[in-house]
Amino acid sequence: MRVVLAEDLFLLRDGLVRMLEAFDFEIAAAVETGPELTKALAELQPDVAVVDVRLPPSHTDEGLQCALAARRARPGLPVLVLSQHVEQLYARELLADGNGGVGYLLKDRVFDAEQFVDAVRRVAAGGTAMDPTVIQQLLSRRATDQPLGALTPREREVLELMAQGRSNAAIAGQLVVTERAIAKHTSNIFAKLDLPVSDDDNRRVLAVLAYLDQGR
Amino acid sequence: MKTSRVREALVSGARGLYLAIISLAGSITLFVLAVVSIAFIVLGIGLFTTPVVLAAVARFANLRRVHAAEWAGVRIPVPYRQPPANEPAGAVGQVARCLRMLKDPATWRDLQWLLVDMTAGFTVVIFAPALLLYPVYGWVLALGVWRPIHSAGGGEWYGFIHVTSQMTANGAAVLGTALGVLALFANPAIVRGHFLLARSLLAPTTSMRERELALRVDRLEETRHDAVDTSAAELRRIERDLHDGAQARLVAMGMDLGTIEALVEKDPAKAKEMLAKARQNSGEALTELRDLVRGIHPPVLAERGLGDAVQALALRLPLDTEVDVELPGRLDEPVEAAAYFAVSETLTNAVKYAEAERVWVDVHHAAGMLRIAVTDNGKGGARIGAGSGLSGIERRLGTFDGVLAVSSPVGGPTMVTMEIPCELS
Repeated sequence: MRVVLAEDLFLLRDGLVRMLEAFDFEIAAAVETGPELTKALAELQPDVAVVDVRLPPSHTDEGLQCALAARRARPGLPVLVLSQHVEQLYARELLADGNGGVGYLLKDRVFDAEQFVDAVRRVAAGGTAMDPTVIQQLLSRRATDQPLGALTPREREVLELMAQGRSNAAIAGQLVVTERAIAKHTSNIFAKLDLPVSDDDNRRVLAVLAYLDQGR
Repeated sequence: MKTSRVREALVSGARGLYLAIISLAGSITLFVLAVVSIAFIVLGIGLFTTPVVLAAVARFANLRRVHAAEWAGVRIPVPYRQPPANEPAGAVGQVARCLRMLKDPATWRDLQWLLVDMTAGFTVVIFAPALLLYPVYGWVLALGVWRPIHSAGGGEWYGFIHVTSQMTANGAAVLGTALGVLALFANPAIVRGHFLLARSLLAPTTSMRERELALRVDRLEETRHDAVDTSAAELRRIERDLHDGAQARLVAMGMDLGTIEALVEKDPAKAKEMLAKARQNSGEALTELRDLVRGIHPPVLAERGLGDAVQALALRLPLDTEVDVELPGRLDEPVEAAAYFAVSETLTNAVKYAEAERVWVDVHHAAGMLRIAVTDNGKGGARIGAGSGLSGIERRLGTFDGVLAVSSPVGGPTMVTMEIPCELS
């Protein structure tokens, strides 16, 4: 799997390259700046891009803007955005095109190599990886809203993990229950929130995220 | 070129007519009301009516100041004294307000201006529409209207011409045309003349200006002290947070790593356990640093500017927010930060004290002024006063010559407005 990596801090870039190589990714390019990233994304046709929000030369949200522009040029281009801080505002912009294949994680998440690599793979496969902090923000804003308030604590847990982009199998693993139990929770959640049921994992996650983000 | 001159003359004529009407009607009414109201102070009633009337006079004068700037480029500075922040409410406040206004030399100059405006001001400006309308009358006479007037026995004078025949009526038309041509050149100057006359009385005098400068120096001194104090306190807070937070966690992590090094062969299970703890410590240190950074200068603000930073802030609130931003550029960083923290503090108040369910934030920039309004539907009763967060916001904005106004009747709603003079880049 070919990765384009954009991160301006040498230590982090180097660390990411080594981690991804250790997990058998091929680093197509590891760049430092926004313009380099735009060029690499256009020319190298990577399977997934891992991008820092803040990049030189402007040191604004240049990385995010490059990623969004590249996705407009090539819809569904898988992009995993990393940042020192997560904002619901940015998450919303990444998800806006409804194409999936996006991730938005705190840089802290690279501490856990396996989970991080899992997120990269998920995004590359067209799935979603949202930072738990984003999801918690979304949920806490609407904690008392109906019908969210009608979910059981377990269902809320499942919803939270599902919104992060985890598959049923992964959620089952984390909560130490069977996949069948999770499937049952999932269908309860979808019934309570009145969301259309879909077999496609990615569609399902996007629907949940859109639901959580709506109206605010 | 020609058409623009004609248009300008017509526009000036229309403005002249409007100014003539308000000069006459507005100035006479307000002058009479003001004199009567001030005379009634002896009876007590005047204490209550005078501030209202004088405020209306000031508004009337301010309207003329605005017209002067917009229509003729004549800038007339506003000279009124600002009400003190701690002006009491109720009847006592009413007396204080009345006395303050009566002591303000600008009030008396306003009243003088009303007299001049209803006489000289009116006389000057009426020429602008007259120079446009009178020629029309000349032409109407020449088209034959002179005849019935003459036969009815009316000896009609047009200017200095006694119209008694077609010949003299034609003369009236020629004179009218000449006046019309004059209007093309004179009308804008006439309107400008009216405003220059107004400026001679509405602009602050030298002594008023000196007083204003002295007040400004006082205020600058005060806001500078506040700014220095605030930033020193901020640095102390940051130092303490780093010292007790991230720094302490890194020390703990270093110690743990040392222990792990010693344990890794003797007791691998224990070492692994400690590794997990070290990782948790590093994660918590990062979280603390992130919160600290957000308090110093929020990353969204640096990346996106005030508009999106306020949007992001609103998204973090546990209530319904509606954010309306109109900023066609970036502000200077210090202003941006001050405005952001002011909004942040106001929103916190809305959530914490007002127990609001909905908040509306409006941010826009116009005419060199950043204006922010935060309105909530909470229980109201907020005041700028000792120790309240609002005083802090006022101080913060004061550094940039910004002002804060709070309207918060008990029972709500609360509306906080802020204005900071600044340019967009």
